[in-house]
Amino acid sequence: MKRLFPILSVVTAVLLAYALYLALVVAPTDAQQGDVYRIIYYHVPSAWTAFLLFLINFVSSIVYLIRRNPKADMLALVCAEVGVVFCTVVLVTGPIWARPVWGIWWAPGDIRLTSTLVMWLIYVSYLVLRRFSTSAQTQILAAALAVFGALDVPLVYFSIWFFRTQHPQPVIGGGGSMDPRMLHVLLINWLAFLCFAFLVCWSRFRLELLHREVEEAHAMQSLAGDGVGARASVPLSRSQK
Amino acid sequence: MNAVKFLFAAYIITWVIHSFYLGSLVRRFSRLREQLKELQKK
Repeated sequence: MKRLFPILSVVTAVLLAYALYLALVVAPTDAQQGDVYRIIYYHVPSAWTAFLLFLINFVSSIVYLIRRNPKADMLALVCAEVGVVFCTVVLVTGPIWARPVWGIWWAPGDIRLTSTLVMWLIYVSYLVLRRFSTSAQTQILAAALAVFGALDVPLVYFSIWFFRTQHPQPVIGGGGSMDPRMLHVLLINWLAFLCFAFLVCWSRFRLELLHREVEEAHAMQSLAGDGVGARASVPLSRSQK
Repeated sequence: MNAVKFLFAAYIITWVIHSFYLGSLVRRFSRLREQLKELQKK
């Protein structure tokens, strides 16, 4: 496993560099938008990756609620955090694309844009809950929030089908046509971002393991001391297993 | 030409966001390792 991480890191770096080359050099220029359309090669794969991570967060939260498996809880936390990072990229690159194409940074009231922002806020609130709550029920509350919060994910994805929106139609399955060369570059970029997300999640998972190890060490030290539980109360509640 | 600035801005900002997050992971790793070392010494 220790060897796999650096190998995968190198493969991901090469893949990201190749995907960048395809996006900037090989992909044809759009007849209407010019070169600025190339933002989709970062915007769309980031959105798909965020959706996937939020889906894993949803499934892991359900598993945790049913079985109280701490690994499932850790996976849910990791996917929410990395998903928020990718969702942030989506929310930043979208307006940068919209400004030259639509003439505005943000379309107020647009269902796609608003629901994406709400989704981001839901998962940020999930992370805030995880970070600052010292209740023994934090994991359960967070898992419940994740299950309800996940309801927004399909709303974001399907909003362009069911509501009038300025946002372009989906690249796949939306009825629009995309040059196969552009689609190929888009899928390569998604693969590169998926590998990158996997590596980041792996690192974050290891960090979470270390975090819980430190909390257990704190708790053990407090128990081994004179029985003063002031220091142990927080770690015990957060690393309940 | 002006639109290309937006393209590069989007790409650069994407990697700035990822770099900040990776940096925060590295900082948290080193802080936790130090804490664990201190706890093991005691």
